[in-house]
Amino acid sequence: MTTTDWPLWEVFVRSRRGLSHTHAGSLHAPDAELALRNARDLYTRRGEGVSIWVVPSSAITASSPDEKDPFFEPAADKPYRHPTFYEIPEGVKHL
Amino acid sequence: MATAAAAQDTDRGTDHGTTARQGVFDAAVAADERIEPRDWMPDAYRATLVRQIAQHAHSEIIGMQPEANWISRAPSLRRKAILMAKVQDEAGHGLYLYSAAETLGVSRDELLDKLHTGRQKYSSIFNYPTLTWADVGAIGWLVDGAAITNQVPLCRCSYGPYARAMVRICKEESFHQRQGYELLLALSRGTPEQHAMAQDAVDRWWWPSLMMFGPPDDASQHSAQSMAWKIKRHSNDELRQRFVDICVPQAESLGLTLPDPDLRWNEERGHYDFGPIDWTEFREVLKGNGPCNEQRLDQRRRAHEEGAWVREAAAAYAGKHSGTSETGATRA
Amino acid sequence: MTATVTATAALALGDDALVLSHRLGQWAGHTPVLEEEVALANIALDLLGQARVLLSMAGDEDELAYLREERAFRNVQLVEQPNGDFAHTIARQLYFSAYQHLLYDRLAEGGGPFAPLAAKAVKEVAYHRDHAEQWTLRLGDGTDVSHERMQRACTALWRYTGELFQPVEGLDADWPALEAAWLERVGEVLRRATLTVPEGPRSGAWTAGAGRQGLHTEPFGRMLAEMQHLHRSHPGASW
Repeated sequence: MTTTDWPLWEVFVRSRRGLSHTHAGSLHAPDAELALRNARDLYTRRGEGVSIWVVPSSAITASSPDEKDPFFEPAADKPYRHPTFYEIPEGVKHL
Repeated sequence: MATAAAAQDTDRGTDHGTTARQGVFDAAVAADERIEPRDWMPDAYRATLVRQIAQHAHSEIIGMQPEANWISRAPSLRRKAILMAKVQDEAGHGLYLYSAAETLGVSRDELLDKLHTGRQKYSSIFNYPTLTWADVGAIGWLVDGAAITNQVPLCRCSYGPYARAMVRICKEESFHQRQGYELLLALSRGTPEQHAMAQDAVDRWWWPSLMMFGPPDDASQHSAQSMAWKIKRHSNDELRQRFVDICVPQAESLGLTLPDPDLRWNEERGHYDFGPIDWTEFREVLKGNGPCNEQRLDQRRRAHEEGAWVREAAAAYAGKHSGTSETGATRA
Repeated sequence: MTATVTATAALALGDDALVLSHRLGQWAGHTPVLEEEVALANIALDLLGQARVLLSMAGDEDELAYLREERAFRNVQLVEQPNGDFAHTIARQLYFSAYQHLLYDRLAEGGGPFAPLAAKAVKEVAYHRDHAEQWTLRLGDGTDVSHERMQRACTALWRYTGELFQPVEGLDADWPALEAAWLERVGEVLRRATLTVPEGPRSGAWTAGAGRQGLHTEPFGRMLAEMQHLHRSHPGASW
């Protein structure tokens, strides 16, 4: 049974031009060509997309939830990266 | 992201770690945040989700059969197109759900194997036969109607991939119920024979549809824990009542009657009262003694077995042509 | 071109699409892998959409689909062949889609009454052809078992491919050129799939006629009986 178990692919769909691809879901396919076609049939049959990426799930390296704090918390205390951090006198425009 | 290997907790060994993680998990659920595949989760939460999502996926796949039974006999080309698209959606929904289950560290092949060997269940409603064309309408109106009543709250389920699959499914399913209602309306307003066909279908599907919400709250095995985990948001009886309240006026507009002499508006409760459900029948069908249990499972098994050579061929071709033989290895 | 000629040609094209759509619809719940449930249904729905436009050019779509007798159907015999195993379904689709793509491409350019439909359908058909070609490659060049099954299917259906290029009045096409292009395309795919291009005759030995003249094969009568039964049981009813 496991010898014919097709690998898993992640599907990313661009819903229309000007937008980036977003994760739509996953599916099984024996190879990249059929993965692309299966993705087209499964995830865009109501006209949801204009472009598709498929990626073997095994090729994705993800950050670990265990590292969530060291990964993401340090970014939370740097308010000077955001425009709202700065006070500008009233009436100054185009800034 | 459906990376099965990553779904496994890396160090669930230490008691101390587990207690702390349980705290993080509980807090996330309490705050109505979503649990994602790589987050720590209690084993029982994972097992409950696998069971529920798999059963849901199996129901979509087995649920194709009773309606596909009428594709080749659909009485107009418009109806034929609608029915084909609907049965196709059910396959698609099965696929979305298997994907969601796979984020929990099980493979689709494992789940299909459990379905084929009777170790996982699918909704009992699909063990009833579709005897006439009107049954296609009754399934759309009542069976899909009951399913939607069940599913809409699942869009807010605490497990992210399941909730997202349900959002997509609910959006796509909105046409399923309407086409069933429209189909029945055409029959109800048609010739006397057509009207009788519609009434007969509603007579046969009404009670099984009410059973789709599961046993009464006081007899439901998993309900309390699932509600605490926010996998489930409303009790079986609550949803069943909501469904009955919705259906009564819809049946009136259809010009059809619901087969329950006890059905009447209760001013005090603000709901319709309805008669007792035959739970013996429910349990019998669940046990495998429904009219079509064997037939449905046989067809599924046969499709899978007879298709093995095709799946093997594609895997072999991929092995020959990709250079890197990915088959199998990727799922380790 | 007279209205009758257009209607007759519309019936030929419409019946091809209707009958093949019906056959593909019979796969629902039986496909070798769940992804193919969605894929085959997409093809069936495209074809049914084409059939409805084409039949409406010839009359009332439902009257034509449900109330004609077998001899009045003008589809080629290839599309009425039963699904068989997945290899037979793919071989049938390969042969038909390659033909349909060449013809519709021509009709789309021709500017005649079929140009608008053909221009839309040719894109759908390109995908059907691609699906069939992808699977032909995988079955032909997959395992020994799949190779043998695919070869058997390609050979079995070969005799129904000559009829595809029988000129249809009202369709402006260079039929011998279409046939040459078809042989080249299909031959190339079969060779890439490590399959042998069948050498048998491309039409039956019994030449009393063919699908375009209303003469069909045994399985077609049964298919129509099933398809038409409900509609015919309620004369005049609307659905």
